[in-house]
Amino acid sequence: MIKPTLASLIAVSVLTLSGCGEKAQTLGTKNDATAYSGVSNAFLEKDWQVGDKTSWERQLNARAQYGQNDHTRSP
Amino acid sequence: MARMKFICDAERCIECNGCVTACKNEHEVPWGVNRRRVVTLNDGVPGEKSISVACMHCSDAPCMAVCPVNCFYKTDEGVVLHDKDVCIGCGYCSYACPFGAPQFPSQGTFGVRGKMDKCTFCAGGPEANGSQAEFEKYGRNRLAEGKLPACAEMCSTKALLAGDGDVVADIFRNRVVKRNKGAEVWGWGTAYGSAQAGQKPQAEGVKK
Repeated sequence: MIKPTLASLIAVSVLTLSGCGEKAQTLGTKNDATAYSGVSNAFLEKDWQVGDKTSWERQLNARAQYGQNDHTRSP
Repeated sequence: MARMKFICDAERCIECNGCVTACKNEHEVPWGVNRRRVVTLNDGVPGEKSISVACMHCSDAPCMAVCPVNCFYKTDEGVVLHDKDVCIGCGYCSYACPFGAPQFPSQGTFGVRGKMDKCTFCAGGPEANGSQAEFEKYGRNRLAEGKLPACAEMCSTKALLAGDGDVVADIFRNRVVKRNKGAEVWGWGTAYGSAQAGQKPQAEGVKK
């Protein structure tokens, strides 16, 4: 009589503990990666060093000047 | 780097809606949601002005202030983003925003609002940069690709400027000096009066 009781106790314990295996529900937003950490797809511009913040800033500033400041191209 | 900012040059905007189309195409924005819109003031009257409006990525963003679940966050570059997994679709941000930037898809069953959608300054969201999950929820992450927002880069007259606030302001200042007019960027001063907007400053203590 003892053995089945012990077995059922273990089974109940396993079932109860399985509830602890749920996904963590954290409050708040997820941590976002920095923009200068780049992307791993084919759309990445090759003119800057991924992971280098200074290089990324220089790339965006150069792009802003070239693409948006038409006075530098036609004075 | 300064903060990322948009400026729309009202002297150049021709209301072509190219920025709106570029945004919708780049991010595959669903029907019923326009992350960017072109607003025309005094439409049909000689001298009408048009400006392209989206999220202004406010320094002290009212959407962030009113969100009951704190789904908003700000990147190091000053871009205001939100986490759609946390958003409950209450709509408070929509009421708080003076630019009408936060919008809700209108195709839900029984008028369900769904998750809020807004301009991301082409910076995606909290999912992994450039991932499919990020694209499906927030659209392309052009900043992480080393590019500027699609709306500004596609602007045919270069009316809409986007990028580092210092650089963008410098480009705009240079234009104003060259053309010798149109210094008023549409904002508080233009709407409510300022010396910069060409209005005489009111003398103190003068009653009307």
